[in-house]
Amino acid sequence: MSEPIVRFQEVSKSYDGRSLVVAGLDLDVVAGEFLTLLGPSGSGKTTTLMMLAGFELPTSGTIRLDGRDITALPPHRRGIGVVFQNYALFPHMTVAENVAYPLRVRNVPAAETAARVAKALGLVRLAAFGDRRPAQLSGGQQQRVALARALIFEPPLILLDEPLGALDKQLREDMQMELKQIHEALGVTMIYVTHDQSEALTMSDRVAVFNDGRIQQLASAYELYERPVNPFVARFVGENNQLAGEVVACEGDTARIRLGGGVTILANAVDRLSPGDAADVSLRPERIRLAHGDGEARDNLVAGAVDKLVYLGESTRLFVSTPGGPTIVAKVQNEEAALDVARGRPVQLAFRAADARAFRVERPA
Amino acid sequence: MTSLALDPPTGPHPLERAVRRSERRRRLVALLLMAPSVLFAVAVFAVPIGLFLFRAIENDGIPQRLPRTTAAVQAWDGGDLPSAAAFDALADEILALKGTPELAQLGRRLNYVVPGYRSLMMGTARRLDAAQVATLDAEATRARLIEADERWADPAFWMPLKQQSGPLTTFYLETALDFERTPSGELVSVPAERAIFIDLFVRTFQTGLATTVLCLLIGFPVAAVMARASGSLANLMLALVLIPFWTSLLVRTTAWVILLQNEGLVNKTLLFLGLVDQPLQLVFNRFGVYVAMVHVLLPYMILPLYSVMKGVSADHLRAASSLGAKPFMAFRTVYLPLVMPGVAAGSALVFVLAIGFYVTPALVGGASDQMIGYFIAYFTNTSVNWGLASALGAILLGLIALIYLVLGWAIGLDRLKVR
Repeated sequence: MSEPIVRFQEVSKSYDGRSLVVAGLDLDVVAGEFLTLLGPSGSGKTTTLMMLAGFELPTSGTIRLDGRDITALPPHRRGIGVVFQNYALFPHMTVAENVAYPLRVRNVPAAETAARVAKALGLVRLAAFGDRRPAQLSGGQQQRVALARALIFEPPLILLDEPLGALDKQLREDMQMELKQIHEALGVTMIYVTHDQSEALTMSDRVAVFNDGRIQQLASAYELYERPVNPFVARFVGENNQLAGEVVACEGDTARIRLGGGVTILANAVDRLSPGDAADVSLRPERIRLAHGDGEARDNLVAGAVDKLVYLGESTRLFVSTPGGPTIVAKVQNEEAALDVARGRPVQLAFRAADARAFRVERPA
Repeated sequence: MTSLALDPPTGPHPLERAVRRSERRRRLVALLLMAPSVLFAVAVFAVPIGLFLFRAIENDGIPQRLPRTTAAVQAWDGGDLPSAAAFDALADEILALKGTPELAQLGRRLNYVVPGYRSLMMGTARRLDAAQVATLDAEATRARLIEADERWADPAFWMPLKQQSGPLTTFYLETALDFERTPSGELVSVPAERAIFIDLFVRTFQTGLATTVLCLLIGFPVAAVMARASGSLANLMLALVLIPFWTSLLVRTTAWVILLQNEGLVNKTLLFLGLVDQPLQLVFNRFGVYVAMVHVLLPYMILPLYSVMKGVSADHLRAASSLGAKPFMAFRTVYLPLVMPGVAAGSALVFVLAIGFYVTPALVGGASDQMIGYFIAYFTNTSVNWGLASALGAILLGLIALIYLVLGWAIGLDRLKVR
């Protein structure tokens, strides 16, 4: 790994002097990567971004940009592009004037400015909109103008604070693709804040999952989804059954866990587990299949009855209650669900031990 | 759209009619709800003000009381003296008014135009004898009038009867702008030593402008801090701004007299601290007027500024800063243009209120600090020259409207409204 473009060292932030919004953050951002800060609201992700942009001062710790300490540097001397959720376009300027603003404050000659504005607007496919006012544009167009404005002074780093949060679903997906393309075309480093986990998964090289002011896991989308390191990440990224149980036995990576009511399963032990420990098992609904007694080898077979069905189009979500045990949600492809699954019907749920991830938890007695 | 195209071009579309019918009831209710306030405003505000303003151009008294004379004078070319018939008519009409209050009123009205006219009228009436004049022919009446008062041989005293014989007159408006008519009817500026009104307008506008600038300089930072302050602090600051707003203007102005007078708290404190050796003259001069007016008008500047500043997102300034603008650059190119509607609205409000001030300059100002309002009150109450009072009012109103239109043209009328 090359020298990081951004390095957070032991950065903490508190507003009220009592609780920490960001607690001892250590984070290296690799030049050229697309890093997403993902987390629920109040998790510290936006504060982290604002400290990097220079709008908030860390209570302690240092932030480095290209090896230089920028902790106390005012925003206008950092040279970092920022795209805001509400676009923050200047309503009293035209689109072209907005995009030209960073060049205007840098006293770039008019001819060069015009050429670079045209190029930047072309990049976001708004070449014909230079004379409009921001208010005359749609939300998606405004966000593209904001992006062009942040890109035009060629900053090495762009920060995006939930930039697509105000757009509707279709537009959001188009803009995700567009952002990704611009990232790849320019090779600029992008740090992206969102609370939308699917957005984080589709766009990012790496995702940092925030909760309670700390990074819970920093990994690629694949790692995050397939191998969450703790129950929070498992719950927050993607859909998951969160099954509480007790460890009966543990051999290497595999633990036998009793979920109550005589339902005992084999699970992949993420933490070191020993018999008697309380454990939470995360199990993705789409990794559960319906067993048809065709003799397939399965690690786990759990019997239950369908409580409720939700038809989702490409799949059906089944709520299966186990006798005396937890209700397990399974998501089955509809080619399969076309089988006569109906309310009240007994079914057999089958899943691999590797897909059931067991975490040790502290549970009050 | 298709059905629209198929319709014959005459008459409203049926849908349009249906919409209008369904809206009619709502519009009727709205009109009824508005009616009391509209009627009230028209009856006690618009109509009286309109009538009073009309006095600025109404030629009250001269043609009504001297109908024959003014008619006879029309034939006169303004050169030597009017015809004998005019003298004859004047003598008859003065005698007809003799002993009634109307003669004094007429004299006072003509005295506005030519000083001394009042005594001329009263003296002439006293010296003429109705029975004697009745026996004289026109030529003899003329001689008798000039004998009664030789000023009747001066064309200057005949000029107003010719120039102001119509139902309307520009006399008051001309006077209010320091113009007068020469005997030949030309419009000229009055000599500098008699000119007062242009200086008065200039002083009024200067005071208004200075008050506006001071309010802006003091109010802008306050409003900016208030707009950025968090909930409870902002509410506290707003209350502090509003408390003087809710206090009587008279009370606040009188308080300033007490504070600023030679024996007042301010001077006592300065003396006690040894900063001055003798009391400073802080009141009954322009300084006192500015202090009191700025204090009274400050909330009118802060409130519109605050409401506009509150709507400016902090992200705009953050964006400017992240794009490389130094703090002053961001202020000049982003914050100031965005709060300009508040600056315009607050300034327009303060300026218009300031140039209409009467009580405050009257109480805390000296003789040379009085503004147009003082003179309107003087001509209304003391000198009872309502025509001139209305002319001053009308010119003030016209100038304010003009300023408003120019401002509106320069920065957009919708930006001048107070939100």
